[in-house]
Amino acid sequence: MKILVCISNVPDTTTRIKFVENKLDTTGIQWVINPWDELSLTRALELKDNNPGQVEAVTVAHVGPASAEPTIRKALAIGADSAIRINAEPHDAYFVAAQLAEVIKSEQFDIIMCGIESSDFNGSTVGSMIAEFLQYPSVSAVSNISIENGDVIITREIDGGKEILSLPLPFVAIVQKGIAKEPGIAAMRGIMMARSKPIKVVEPTDVEPLTDVVSYEMPPEKEACRFIDADKPGELIDILQNEEKII
Amino acid sequence: MSVLVYTENWEGKFKKLSYELVSYASGIAKMLDSSVTALSIGDVDDAELKSLGSYGASKILSLKNEHLRMLDSQAYTVVIGDIAKKLDARVIVLSNNNTGKALAPRLSVKLGAGIGSGVSKLPSSTDPFTVYKRVYSGNAFANVVIKSDIKIITLAQNSFEIVGTVNSAEIEHIGYDLEAGLIKTEVRDIHKQTGQLLLTDAEIVVSGGRGMKSPDNWGPLVELAGLLGGATACSRPVSDEGWRPHEEHTGQTGKIIAPNLYIAVGISGATQHIAGVSSSKCIVAINTDKDAPIFETARYGIVGDAMKVLPGLIEAVKSATTD
Ligand SMILES: Cc1cc2nc3c(=O)[nH]c(=O)nc-3n(C[C@H](O)[C@H](O)[C@H](O)COP(=O)(O)OP(=O)(O)OC[C@H]3O[C@@H](n4cnc5c(N)ncnc54)[C@H](O)[C@@H]3O)c2cc1C
Repeated sequence: MKILVCISNVPDTTTRIKFVENKLDTTGIQWVINPWDELSLTRALELKDNNPGQVEAVTVAHVGPASAEPTIRKALAIGADSAIRINAEPHDAYFVAAQLAEVIKSEQFDIIMCGIESSDFNGSTVGSMIAEFLQYPSVSAVSNISIENGDVIITREIDGGKEILSLPLPFVAIVQKGIAKEPGIAAMRGIMMARSKPIKVVEPTDVEPLTDVVSYEMPPEKEACRFIDADKPGELIDILQNEEKII
Repeated sequence: MSVLVYTENWEGKFKKLSYELVSYASGIAKMLDSSVTALSIGDVDDAELKSLGSYGASKILSLKNEHLRMLDSQAYTVVIGDIAKKLDARVIVLSNNNTGKALAPRLSVKLGAGIGSGVSKLPSSTDPFTVYKRVYSGNAFANVVIKSDIKIITLAQNSFEIVGTVNSAEIEHIGYDLEAGLIKTEVRDIHKQTGQLLLTDAEIVVSGGRGMKSPDNWGPLVELAGLLGGATACSRPVSDEGWRPHEEHTGQTGKIIAPNLYIAVGISGATQHIAGVSSSKCIVAINTDKDAPIFETARYGIVGDAMKVLPGLIEAVKSATTD
């Protein structure tokens, strides 16, 4: 069984987002593996460790320019066996998914894992798009994947509970909270080993994006917090009831 | 040509979010001089279906098929995609909930339709078709042009006001012959609680952080949520520690919610937490530290010890509601 984890390269989650001329101001930004994708990779590696002989390799794939290589190296340092970089600006989700689908067609993976969203564009779209391009089944809101007696068992979060599902390979899992507890750590040995692991660079196929970001806006300015005396909780309740009219 | 809205049901019933979707679709239909067709898949009775008409749907398609009891993304995409083609739908609206997130991207590829996901307003223009969406986890917004002929929108929950109309909708029961072998997911087991207020549906949420100090201190927080008819939530460390169930974890890596009122108790207001609650209409913070970042996001604040402030609020709510 071969697992592919799709990774996105995003600003660290504590970054103060700013724009210059309608583009993200990248000065001083620390780039990281999208948190969901990092957890997804962690689970993929756990599956490999826990099922020796069944999961042969974990590969990561990324659509982006060469400047994203440190993020890819980080994934290799955490433990991925190899990486594929599709050498193109990730213009929109449709474009990115089309590129990944093309790579998957030629390399053949059994489980494709994507995070529920990327913390930059918050699209929640790439994973399911890949599945439709390839006509693979897909399961969204996946909080666990395990291998039991050779079968792949998936937990899907639903409103008020969960479903335990099984489905044939290959498939795409779009993962969320629960998939792994803590992201895997790139230890010194991993970092050393990552240097010699292969990053295959693939040129993109011709795909016309379907959307364009035309401008960015900052969230509306917020008024300063109105403080209420801790000894007068009634005042707050009165405001919420009579001014805000929300209780 | 029409605007198609997919209205999911829960045990045969619609929710506020279903009516938000239909209201939104009908706003778009007005801009395009078109009409709204709602699609329901599952066992929903006619009276419930008709309720969609009151928010602007002029036609309601109801498909009941036992093979579609549970969500199979691939099969649902075939069905909704075919119906969209038959209707010559120009715009397809779904919720930005788990179901919408599972289906919209597949439909996008099937129909060659660009997506605006997590959209919170009507398009600012229909030519070019420009939608407004949350990006960078709420730290910014983007105006996105969808260039394809067909557009798909997933609407952020609680972002669009329900608008009632006096439309009377026509219900059409339709069938669908599913290709054999299309459904590949097999359900082995379901664990589900029904009847409880879901965090994502709650209009009022009372949420606790590490400042609550111990899992034994949650009594007053739960009581306050109950008195207000709301749900309870928590920060990530709280669910990681097992003080509260994982379903309550809000934030970037947990649930993203947008209630009318979010009361954050003993929560510092880390960006990753705010990412999950910044779309709330009103945020109230209770924290011992007057410099806690949560007060930069909150509209109202009380500087004080949660264990003293919560009982005071409970008393105040009780006396306000008995007045
Ligand atoms: C990739 C990534 C993703 C993350 N995702 C999330 C996420 O989804 N959700 C999330 O919540 N966090 C997330 N975090 C963690 C986040 O950075 C913070 O660590 C976390 O939100 C802090 O939780 P807290 O506010 O409960 O605790 P703390 O930061 O410890 O804050 C406790 C607060 O309680 C106050 N306090 C103490 N005693 C009292 C008292 N008696 N009465 C009232 N107030 C009191 C303190 O002044 C303090 O402000 C993420 C982190 C990373 C790196």
